[in-house]
Amino acid sequence: MSTNAAIDLALDRVDWRDLAAQTEEQPRVYTPGEVLMPEAGFMRGHGTFVEDENIKSSVAGVIQKVNKLISVRPLKSRYVGEIGDVVVARVSEVQQKRWRVDTNSRLDSILLLSSVNLPGGELRRRSAEDEQMMRRYLDEGDLISAEVQNIFEEGSLSLYTRSLKYGKLSQGILVKVFPALVKRRKMHFHNLPCGASVILGNNGYIWISPTKGQEEEGGEGGFAQNLNEHVPRADREVIARLRNSILALAKCKLMIYDTSIQYAYEESLRYEAHELLQQNAIYDIGQQTQGRLRDADE
Amino acid sequence: MSGKYDLLSEQGLRLDGRRPHELRRIKCKLGVFEQPDGSAYMEQGNTKVLAAVYGPHQAKGNQTESVINCQYSQATFSTAERKNRPRGDRKSLEFKLYLQQALSAAIKSELYPRSQIDIYVEVLQDDGANYAVALNAATLALIDAGICLNEFIVACTASLSKSNIPLTDISQFEEVSGGPKLTVAALPTAEKIAFLEMSERFHIDHLETVIETAMAGCREIRDILEAAVKEHLLHMGSASDFAKVG
Repeated sequence: MSTNAAIDLALDRVDWRDLAAQTEEQPRVYTPGEVLMPEAGFMRGHGTFVEDENIKSSVAGVIQKVNKLISVRPLKSRYVGEIGDVVVARVSEVQQKRWRVDTNSRLDSILLLSSVNLPGGELRRRSAEDEQMMRRYLDEGDLISAEVQNIFEEGSLSLYTRSLKYGKLSQGILVKVFPALVKRRKMHFHNLPCGASVILGNNGYIWISPTKGQEEEGGEGGFAQNLNEHVPRADREVIARLRNSILALAKCKLMIYDTSIQYAYEESLRYEAHELLQQNAIYDIGQQTQGRLRDADE
Repeated sequence: MSGKYDLLSEQGLRLDGRRPHELRRIKCKLGVFEQPDGSAYMEQGNTKVLAAVYGPHQAKGNQTESVINCQYSQATFSTAERKNRPRGDRKSLEFKLYLQQALSAAIKSELYPRSQIDIYVEVLQDDGANYAVALNAATLALIDAGICLNEFIVACTASLSKSNIPLTDISQFEEVSGGPKLTVAALPTAEKIAFLEMSERFHIDHLETVIETAMAGCREIRDILEAAVKEHLLHMGSASDFAKVG
């Protein structure tokens, strides 16, 4: 029997609020129904509505002003897509000429057969055969990385994978965090120095996989999935540690991007990978990472 | 009015020592679960309720409207005598419909076409005013999920003593002692009533004061909830300096 069971006593429960205690100036937060300002001279954006000639907030969050446009950003919500976002998604249904995929947004997203690169070169003609082969390319439950191409009128997203960066994902771990925690940046694909790759989906789905060699990358058009390849134990440990570090960041409500992940990973090295599931280790990593990020900002 | 005891003593105190207009102690917490989109825990006196919200997500079927789906359940251990069915009995189904009705008044459903919002509430301990506390918990969970609301929707109960003094937020003991019970779910700032329910009778002359008492309770609860939401937001946001947006 293993004897290293960890028991969390209520006595030394971590107070997550301490992480927040260090900030001096707090922005004004609004709650649903609260008056933001009189309507005159302003435009209402997301998270607001007009009632009795006042602009009111409809969500709980912080106010954002762009010239005359007033919007309120909730700190936590479902993914609201923007064109050009990188997302990680799971195929939920194969339909005629398109796949329905789950992107953690309000409605299912669509991946059209015409928005994917089929094997055999870009200029190849699409035939009825391709429609019958769809399940061969992507089946229910498969994970893909893609980019948001368009937003339909009722709010659902249209994705595309017509780039060698995107396509089917093969071996790795999916981590789900809430979408607001993933910072919008230029780069969402990172080969981290610790020896693993991450895809930071804007929709809060994060994909961690072993870094591929140069020669393996690209060329396939994104439907190859090599599940027989053996990932060495050392790589798997790095991936597991990375997963726990990212979840620790999410638990501490810290933004997730390449630098913060790198810092959290470095801080996590003082623990065994499995110890990172314990509350005090998570708290410690959060605190150290937060300190380093703030130092780097100054 | 029936009942063995008067709900108010000669000294003007209620059975649990409160004054007529006083609420029970309220404790609440947002974001208690990781899996759902929003969650909350709410305690009003000894009534304890958990709420979880999933969505908005794609609705099944072809309707273009938004769907608000509630589930009300009461833990088997929540009452003095063990309950056999946590949900699906007549009372739970009734509460479920009432929750749906009241929450539809607050959710800006025109923003969520083709979507579905699932709201699950579970009463862990029953000490009266279950519906009111369940609704308050559901409101907090919806706010935690970032769903657009017109404003807080809160519910409060009120009763009337034999000496015709209105009482706020009645407990289980007061409920079973045979006083009338009026439940009001309201949008307090707009002063709109979304739902009203009464058990037992009292003279219509007192209806207005009892409703006003319940509304005053709603306003008070709203302020408590608002303070809790703001505190939660500040703690959640300031860890990452609100992502540098002010």
